[in-house]
Amino acid sequence: MKITLDADACCGAGQCVLIAPEVFDQRDEDGVVVLLDAEPPAERHDAVREAAAICPAAVIGIHA
Amino acid sequence: MSEMTRPTAAAPLPVRPPSGCPAGPPPHADLLDRGDPHTAFGVLRTTEPISKVSLADGSWAWLATRYADIRAILGDTRFSSDPTVPGYPLSGMTGGGNTDNRGFIRRDPPEHTRLRRMVTREFMVKRVEALRPRIQRLTDDLCDAMERTRERTDGPVDLVEALALPVPSLVISLLLGVPYDDHETFQRLTGTLLARAVPDAERAAARGELRDYLDRLVTAKGAAPGDDILGRLITEQQRTGEITHDDVTAFAALLLIAGHETTANMIGLSALTLMRDPEAADRLRRDPALIRGAVEELLRFHSIIRNGPRRAATADIEIDGHLIRAGEGVVVAVASANRDDRVFADADRFDPGRPNAQHHVAFGYGIHQCLGQALARVELQVVIDTLLRRFPAMRPAVPVEEIPFRTDMSIYGCHALPVTW
Ligand code: HEM
Ligand code: SF4
Repeated sequence: MKITLDADACCGAGQCVLIAPEVFDQRDEDGVVVLLDAEPPAERHDAVREAAAICPAAVIGIHA
Repeated sequence: MSEMTRPTAAAPLPVRPPSGCPAGPPPHADLLDRGDPHTAFGVLRTTEPISKVSLADGSWAWLATRYADIRAILGDTRFSSDPTVPGYPLSGMTGGGNTDNRGFIRRDPPEHTRLRRMVTREFMVKRVEALRPRIQRLTDDLCDAMERTRERTDGPVDLVEALALPVPSLVISLLLGVPYDDHETFQRLTGTLLARAVPDAERAAARGELRDYLDRLVTAKGAAPGDDILGRLITEQQRTGEITHDDVTAFAALLLIAGHETTANMIGLSALTLMRDPEAADRLRRDPALIRGAVEELLRFHSIIRNGPRRAATADIEIDGHLIRAGEGVVVAVASANRDDRVFADADRFDPGRPNAQHHVAFGYGIHQCLGQALARVELQVVIDTLLRRFPAMRPAVPVEEIPFRTDMSIYGCHALPVTW
């Protein structure tokens, strides 16, 4: 799994951080999402998919 | 908007209008004012997911009730949040037609994005987590006071007044940097703004007084900006010319009001739900790790925003086969989306262990999704955990029928919640 972000669209509500804190974080300056791990191990894939589904601004892209 | 542009006439609930009938009865009338709109919402989701609703002033708007449609609308910025855009359904909203110097909740990109980003970091998950111990301390203090009141009076305690309202109010004052000496003024004014039996004129006066108070506060902080949200807005944004004094005041008003009544009502309803469901309460008491998920389910189940959010279409947009035209208003019933069986199995049941509860749209969806959601979550988690631990025998002091529910307000909850233990 490879994750991409459309960070310009991020509204910083932080739902991804709540769901997958090992993968997503928020930038100190403006709360915009950053990736901690762009290619997370298999055991985190479900959480990443959940984060992508819940993200209110369709920021998180998932690629096989 | 002329009658002729309406694609269908609307009908009172629960009957579906004969499609295309030009002389149909008026749109769904009191739907948005009911204590329990869920039966009616359920019928609409099946028979007429995009319908029409009449508003208090006699105008009408589209009413979206299905989860998928609601995410499509709130996720599409061609649906404007700007109440000055033609067709915006203002009638019956808290705040009503008051559009002067509005906060970013009522603005569209790029202005919305620019302003929201100035405060996003203040509410991000790690900042809010760092506040948890202070929120806990403040909750403990209020619970101590509740115990003292109970000992002194031996009568019921109003949980709304003693805990639900002060927690969010104290937390946001702390974050904004409202001086401790001003708390009384501040609480009195927000109290009037949010109270039920207050005539419009008095509410408008309170709003004006709050605006004046915040105006003075921002001026005072300008002389000595502190290490708080208003202080940072002044030093980093106002002094660099990014925003004006009035903008700082608008930030203060928005942050103050948006998080107060909402969180307070969720605290009251959550406490009531758990008092009435001892089995769920026991489960959470035994395993506090379940509280996080239970809070998501409480948010989903209660969906306190009962007649919004609202938008105005700025283009002709098709939603699920319905054409919504530029200049038409939409009431986006997030409370209905959260009971949509297509997404939440057995959606009318409160299930604190529901696996997909966090998919709820109680905080909205799209770029305006609640900025304070991480904070609201932590406040709810702390308060629920504390009540379960410290007051295991707490119960309503009156029969449920006598609890004054806010069926008259656009944010659902209870006006008072007398409890004993
Ligand atoms: C359980 C409590 C809460 C609920 C149910 C709630 C619900 C909502 C909803 C539905 C929206 C979206 C409005 C729209 O799309 O037009 C929203 C926006 C907002 N909320 Fe909350 N809220 C809560 C607590 C808070 C708290 C604690 C704060 C903190 C200050 C807050 C601040 C805001 C702000 C600033 C916005 C505007 C965001 C924007 O337009 O970009 N809310 N809230
Ligand atoms: S959930 Fe989406 S919008 Fe929210 S912080 Fe994460 S990426 Fe940004």
